[in-house]
Order: sequence, then C-alpha cells, then structure tokens
Amino acid sequence: MRRFLSYRDFDWTLMGFVVALSVISVLEIYSATLHTKFVDFDQKQMLWLAGGFVSMFVLSLIDYHILLDIAVWAYGICLVSLVAVLAVGTKVLGGRRWISLPGGIHFQPSEWVKLVLIVVLARFFTNLSGRDLTWKDIFKAIAMVVVPMLLVMKQPDLGTALTYAPVLLVGLFLGGIRFRQAAILLLAASLALVPAWYKVLKPYQKARLTSFLAPDNDPRGSGYQIRQSLIAVGSGGVWGQGAEKGSQTQGDFLPIPYTDFIFAAFCEEHGLAGAVLVLLLYFLLLMRLVQNAQTAADLPGTLIVMGVVAVLIFQIAVNVGMVIGLMPVTGIPLPLMSYGGSSVLFTFLALGIVMNVRMSRFVN
Amino acid sequence: MAGTYNKDERIPSIKLTAIQYVIALILAILVSGLWRLQVLGAQNYRALAEANRIRKVPILAPRGKLYDRDGRLLVDNYPSVTCFLVPEQARNLDADLPLIADGLHMQTDQLHAILLRYRHQPKYQPIPLQQDITPDEQAFIAAHANELPELETIEEQRRLYPSNGFAAHLIGYVGEVSEDMLDDPRYAFYQPGDVVGRSGVEESYDPILRGQDGSRDVIVDSHGRELGALGIEPAKPGKSIKLTIDLDVQKAAEEALGARQGAIVAIDPRTGEVLAMVSHPTFDPNRFAIRIHRDEWNKLIADPDHPLMNKAIQAQLAPGSTFKIIEAIAGLQEGIAQTLKVDCHGGAVFYGRYFKCWISARHQSHGITEIGKGIYQSCDVFFYTLAEKMGIDTIAKWAHMFGLGQKTGIDLPNEAAGIMPSPEWKMRNYHQKWFAGETISVGIGQGAIAVTPIQLIRAIAGIGSGGVLKRPHVVFPNEIPADLKDYYQDRFPGSGDQVVPIDPANWQIVTDAMAQVVSFAGTAGFAHLDGIDFAGKTGSAQIVSNAYKASVGGGAKLNDTAWFVGMSPRRNPEIAVVVMWQNGSEGYFSARLAARVIEAYVNKERLRDHNLMQVAAKTNPDAGKPSSTVPVTVKGKSAPGAAKPKSIGQMQPPRVATASPTEMAALWTASVAHPEDPDAKQLPARIAAAFSLTKGTTLQAGTFLLPPPPTPRNGGRE
Repeated sequence: MRRFLSYRDFDWTLMGFVVALSVISVLEIYSATLHTKFVDFDQKQMLWLAGGFVSMFVLSLIDYHILLDIAVWAYGICLVSLVAVLAVGTKVLGGRRWISLPGGIHFQPSEWVKLVLIVVLARFFTNLSGRDLTWKDIFKAIAMVVVPMLLVMKQPDLGTALTYAPVLLVGLFLGGIRFRQAAILLLAASLALVPAWYKVLKPYQKARLTSFLAPDNDPRGSGYQIRQSLIAVGSGGVWGQGAEKGSQTQGDFLPIPYTDFIFAAFCEEHGLAGAVLVLLLYFLLLMRLVQNAQTAADLPGTLIVMGVVAVLIFQIAVNVGMVIGLMPVTGIPLPLMSYGGSSVLFTFLALGIVMNVRMSRFVN
Repeated sequence: MAGTYNKDERIPSIKLTAIQYVIALILAILVSGLWRLQVLGAQNYRALAEANRIRKVPILAPRGKLYDRDGRLLVDNYPSVTCFLVPEQARNLDADLPLIADGLHMQTDQLHAILLRYRHQPKYQPIPLQQDITPDEQAFIAAHANELPELETIEEQRRLYPSNGFAAHLIGYVGEVSEDMLDDPRYAFYQPGDVVGRSGVEESYDPILRGQDGSRDVIVDSHGRELGALGIEPAKPGKSIKLTIDLDVQKAAEEALGARQGAIVAIDPRTGEVLAMVSHPTFDPNRFAIRIHRDEWNKLIADPDHPLMNKAIQAQLAPGSTFKIIEAIAGLQEGIAQTLKVDCHGGAVFYGRYFKCWISARHQSHGITEIGKGIYQSCDVFFYTLAEKMGIDTIAKWAHMFGLGQKTGIDLPNEAAGIMPSPEWKMRNYHQKWFAGETISVGIGQGAIAVTPIQLIRAIAGIGSGGVLKRPHVVFPNEIPADLKDYYQDRFPGSGDQVVPIDPANWQIVTDAMAQVVSFAGTAGFAHLDGIDFAGKTGSAQIVSNAYKASVGGGAKLNDTAWFVGMSPRRNPEIAVVVMWQNGSEGYFSARLAARVIEAYVNKERLRDHNLMQVAAKTNPDAGKPSSTVPVTVKGKSAPGAAKPKSIGQMQPPRVATASPTEMAALWTASVAHPEDPDAKQLPARIAAAFSLTKGTTLQAGTFLLPPPPTPRNGGRE
C-alpha cells in the first residue's frame, strides 16, 4: 500500500490556532518572569516550542497505524519506566517524577504515558470490531488506565494521574458503553472514592482538593494559592491591568505564574477580554480537532483524535477552573500556555498524531 | 507495517456532536466564572490586590515642644530608633521569638503579650516592639536581617525632658497608650502603640502636642520587599506650647525646696498663670519617654513618698494657720472680727475643753489680741474665739466661696478636691452629728479640713487681689487652637474664675497684717525681704495629735506640715507663692523658702521697665474702669472716714488718667538714673516727679499714694 502524504493536506488552520496560543504563552511567560530569577523562561519556552513544532512535523509523517502496532510494546515500556521513576527518580519538590538522563535532561515518563494510553486505548476499542462492550471489555479498559494511574499517583502526582481518566471515559463512550453499564460504573466509582479519600490521598492532597471551596478560611495556608489567584483574576477586570503591570503577578503574590497559574497572570494583565480570546482559541482548536476526528479515515484515527480532545479539554477545564476557584489545586498545566518541556512535547506530539490522522484521510 | 482496520466501521456522528456540546458547555462555564470574578467582583478584588501590595509605613509626627513663658525651651525632641515587627515577613515567628527577645533584651513572654495585643491587626502592619533601641540592638537587627526578616527599624523623634526631674510633675511624661485608655471612648482616636501623654501637661494637652502621624505607602511583594513608593502623607508635627511657667521662678522654687518633701507653687494672681510648680520627691520623666523597666516602675509605684504624685495639686493636708486668713476675711465681712478683742493666756476653754495657743509651748502668751495681731502673731485663742462666734456654717460658707473642698480647675490631670468640713458634710460622709469642739479646731485650720497647695494659693491670692479669684492654669488660653477650644471648655471642671466681694477696709486690714507676718513683729520675721513688699502667713499643721506623737517617741515623719502662703506686693499681688513642706515642723521655715521664690521673681521683674501697678482707684470710678478690667462692686461695710471706692481689684492699671491720688505698688528699689549704676533701671519720670526724687535717691518697695497725673499716660506693665 502506498501512501501519498502531502503538506497540502496538513491542517494549517489548526496550526494557526496552535501558533497563536504559543505566541500568547511566550509573551505571558516573559511578563510573569520579568522580575524573577526565571527571567529567561520565555526563551527556554521558545526552544521547547521549536522542539515541539519539529516533533509535530516529524510525527505527522509517521503513519499512525504504525503507532497502533507498537502501542502494546510502548505501553509495557511505560509501566517499566513508571516503576523505575519510583525506584531511581530524582526527587523534586517532594515528588519523584523525573528520571535524570545524561546531558542534564530530565525525563518525566508520566507525560508520555498519556500519549501511549491514547493510542493503546484506540487500538483496544478498535479491536472489539463493532460488537457491544461486555463487562470484561470494560474492566480490561479500566485496568489498562488504572494501573499506570496508580503508579503516577504514587509518585505522587495526582494531577497528571487524573488526566488519564478522560481518555478512558471518552474511549468507553465512543467504544459503545451502554447507558446501564455507565450508570453502574458511575455508582461503583463514587463508592470507591470514599475509601480512596481516607486511605490513598495524603493530607496535603486532601487539603488542596478542599481548600478551593473556602480559600479564606486559611489565607496563609493551603488556601493561599487560590486566594491570590482569585485576586489576580478579579483585579484584572474587563480590560486587564496591562502587560507587565499585574501587581499580583509582578509582586510575586501569585504562585508559579509561568506554569500552573499562567492563566491567572494572563487574566490579571489582559482582563476578561484577553481570557475570552484565549478560551475562544481553545474552543476553535477543539472544534477543529473534533472535525478532524469525524473526517478520519478509520475508527482508530477517530478514537486517537478524540483521546487527544479529551485530554486537552480536561486539562483546560481543570486548570482554568482552578485559577478561577471552581476546581481544586491539582497541578495540571494549561496546554499550550504553561511553561514546561514535558507538557509542550506531549501536546505537540499529540497534535502531530492528529495531523497524521488528518493527512491520511484521503489515503487509501 | 501497519495493520488494516475496517474502514466501514464509524462512530455515530451524534456522539461526536455531543462531545462538541460538552466542550462548549465547559468553556461557557469557565467564561461565566471569569465574568463573576472580573466583572462582578472586579472592584472587590482590586481592593484586595491593593491591600495585598500596599503597606503603610508610619511616619511618626514629632510632638510639640514645650517652652516657658519667655520662650525658653523646656522639653525638646531627639532622634531615636524604634524596632518594629512585621508578622507577615516572618518565616516562623514562634521559633524566632527567643532570638528576638535575646537580641532586644526583652522577655519572651513580653513579646507574646505584645503580639497578643496586636492580634486583630492585619499581618502586614508593623508592630512596635521596642522603642529607643541601643546601638548594639540596632547592630543585632542589622546583622540578623536574613534570619529575622520580620524586624524593621524606624527613626523617630522622642522626648527629651529636663534632667534631675526638673518640673517633672508639671510637664508629665509620655508613654505607650494603655489598655484602659484604649477602652475609654474619650480616647477613641488613639491606636495601640501610640505614644501619648500620660501625666502633667503632656497628658492634659496631648491633643495639641501629639500632631498627626503620616504614612508612606510602599508597594511590596509577597516577601515584604519594597518594590517602590506610591506616595507620602507627611506627618503633621504637634503644635508647640508656651507654658505660663517662668523658668527663673521655677528654678528658684526647685532650689528653695531642695531635697525637702513637699511642694511649691507660684502663681500670678492677676491671671491665675502658674509661674512655678514643684513637687518633691521627683522622678526623671526621661525614664518614661523611653521604656521604663518594670522593676523601676514598681519601685516608683511602691515608694511611700509617692514620687509620681504631684503634691502641688494632689496632696490634701490640713492647712493649719494659713486658714486663718480665710477665716479673718470671713470674720471681718461678717462684721465680727473688727471689734473682737481676746486676752490670750496661752489657751482658753471652749465647750468644756481646754484648747492651747501655740505660744504656750514657749511658756508665753499673746495678751490682748485684736485681728491684726491675731494674724501676724497667729494667735490661736483669737481664732478659736472668732470661730466660736461665727459658727461652722459661716466658716464653711466662706471657705467654699474661696474654693476650698473643690477642685480649682487647673489644667493638669487628676487634681484633688480637698475637704471643707461642715455639719452637713459630716452627716453625709460619716452619719454623725457635728461636735461644737470641731468648730474650734477648724478655726485654726486643723481637724477634718484638708486643702491642696494649689487650692490654698488660689484662695490667698484671691484675697490679696481684693476677692478676685482666678483659675490656675499652666498653659496660656490663647495657646489652645480654635478647634480645640470646645474640648478644653469643660475639660477641667472646678471653681475656676470667681469674684468674692470684699470690703476694701477689710482687705486692707488682712493684707497689712499679712505684711506684718514677715516683719520683726510677725511669726516669720526672719523671712523678711528688705526692699520688697512681701506679705504672707505661716501655718504649722499637725498631722497627728501631740499626745500620739509623744507616745511613739516623735520621729521626723510625724512632724507638722510647714505651710507658708506669701505674696508680693501685699495688695493686688503680682506673685503669690505657697510652700508646703511635709514634716517641716514650723511654718516660718517654709516662709524662708517662699521668700526666696518671691525674691527671685522680684529681682527679675526689677529688670523690666515700668514696673508699677495700680492697686486701687479711690475715686472717679468712670475714669478707673478700662474695659479690660474686672470691676468689683463692694457690698461690705467701709471703714468710717475712708473714701468709699467703687471699684477695686483691677488687674490692669487704667489707661486713662485719674483725677485723684492712686495707690500704687512698686516692686523694686531702684535709683533714678544713678550715675554710678549704669544697669539701674530708670524710673518713669512721673513717678520720680511724684516723689520728688532726685538723682541718686531710691524708691523703696511698698505701696504708695500717687498724686493724680497732669496728662493721660500709657502706664503700667507692657
């Protein structure tokens, strides 16, 4: 079978949204780190983005069916590396999440797991070849997600672990779960949450999960970040305080304004107008992705794209929700906005696969 | 190679559409959340952001200085460094406290108490920890800037008082506002940590002296680092106040009292201005201006001699024989004393009990005694008799008129009222009947009667001024800003300014007798001041009965209170002095102390020009009544033959000529342009002419009759 891939079929519209968000990201990182020791993070982010774009183009040339073929192996490697992180990982900020590689590169396996899970679940639901989901299938799918999830939670990195869940949910939904099965699952999950709350979660994780409900109860403690974030967003008003002029951002009141709370910094400096513009870009990007999913050449292509959509909307919802006080602090970065190599690489690799799915739509 | 997948199998497009709707819904929720914060809550959050980053750094207002009446500096300020603690900047405040306490030479529990007091204040507000820190404490803070980022220092102006407790009770001291004051609605404008006047003028005039603290708004980051300044609200310095105190007179009074316990007050009877006020033992207010050590404070509080008590206005003691002046005026005004003649045999029997005259201790007696001798010889028998004839109600009535048993209303905190006993008073307080014998004791200023020195001198000065009593005060009324006039209107309740009509003849009898007191014939002959018209009255008030004193074997602590009230000149005095020497035994000892104060004043006044004052306009009332004077209508009986005056007790010499001779008082003995005395003050030509003074002759102090002037003059004191 011959493939005729052409950049004429490359999704330049999607590319436009990504570039726009990346530019906004670099500018806001510049503003947020202006007076801090992280002053060159905007340049570093540009390097990561450059690497991301290159990776995206490279991956867009690789047939996603090859990825589907090697997905099982990749999944195995992922589990091994997650175990390795727990054993030999570098401890940063109280969590073991990185593996130090020669050359000063820190490798965070949990981001790659996301990508592999998207592909491996797409393969799993495709292989059901159209029959209805049995309980066995459902449990298999759940197990595939929950095992790496527990390993990541053990690091502990609750935020990243949670991003695996939407992949499973969208997979089950599109894979054809029945309403009755879904209802039973939902009930079981909520029952399972009770012991999980008391046994699995560490106190600080619980505090972070609950403090968003009443940040003023402990303004110097776990509610501090939420409170400062709310002040930042709220004081931005409609038009914002202007670039490099946000007092919360520039005064170092806002915690990590270049990564997890970059949207708060952006809202403070550019107001509701800027925030709505960014959310609109996300909306257009996601709509474009769903459209790509619809036009995919085959079922696994659709499932892969929708897996990416699931991860992105989940991260956007949780991150922005956290910044505006609707969600707990979970440490989930905002895709295409937050500073950080692993996050950038995951997003662009995921988009690279999506590109390939789109470019392959007319290929036979 | 990639596997093959069934291309026919498709996901129902409705599912993807559903996901699109879910995405749209999620984003809509996020936008609504943003709307809630950025549109509806924008104002609130902007205010929170402001509060987050703006810290008010106080700029403390320097307190107003205090000057004496001639503009000489009494109380100054000096630069001092205060240490503040900013709780927000602390990494672990509880862990740091022992180190802070050690470095600032404080106790850890002391720090806890301070923090507890400021617990309601926002964490970014600095808390004053220690004032006037020493250079080594400053070095400690500088050296620990990294370990203790919560410590900050501020330089401010602090109080510098005269050393050795000079005028300490009058001036008072400042200190941190107390919890009690903060609870008092009158002090609602005080904040915790404010330095406020806690005693004396510092307390009573705190609203004028304190000024208004300013602030510097600085932008800080979450670590308290200053990023920039927004604006400065400069401090409004407190207004300086000119006191009525005369530094020279105060100095003389301080030196006169020396190490003795007691009080001296000198006032200007014409206005009530306090020229000097001394109370001993004293304290060093500089110890309060900075922090006072707890032990030192406890020592001051527990001292049986009460060094913090301003005895000039707070000591309440029996006035002894000084009370006889009030009683004499009362007796004369009642028409009893003029004709009263008593034969003193060293004592007399009243109501079945033998009352001794003080002279019996010298195995002498006064013999036939009338009012004048009764005063200058202080004959007890005469005043026992007078008291018996008047009765307690009449005595109490006159004593009340002269302000006994009431606060004078002096503008200093915590004045005492004293006691003027009467049957009604005794029934009210002790539910007992008045015994007639008590009247006899009151007649010589003993018994339940108790006065404060300021009260006594106001009364005596009023009598000397012909019945014009003035509210003593230490700050010129025109020093009070207009907006605080109302505040001070009723701030110091008391008898204030009063006029007690006194017949001029009676006035003359008593004041002349008082002048005799300091003559060879009087009880204080050796307090005589040559060349100064000086009048007064001694008093030796028992604090325990002689019998009790003998039973415990005496002891200096039980000795009589030695009182003296004096004034110069004898009528319409310019200065009146009270000396209260606790355990000084004899009034004439105090008389010498008072004489020194009078002498210092007169010597000073002699250096001024035109030092004459009119004491009475005998005739032509219209001419003698300038608008600035207080005319007093005399209702009492005049001595036969004397010109009947319409107006007495003028505080200022008239500015228009009078057609008849005028009684004048001169305070000096001055040469008329003596060729060998270039420093001698020139007498006004009119005076020189009136007395036919030629070059080289001198005018003695005293009261004189001045012939009517040929032309109108602008006379008197400028």
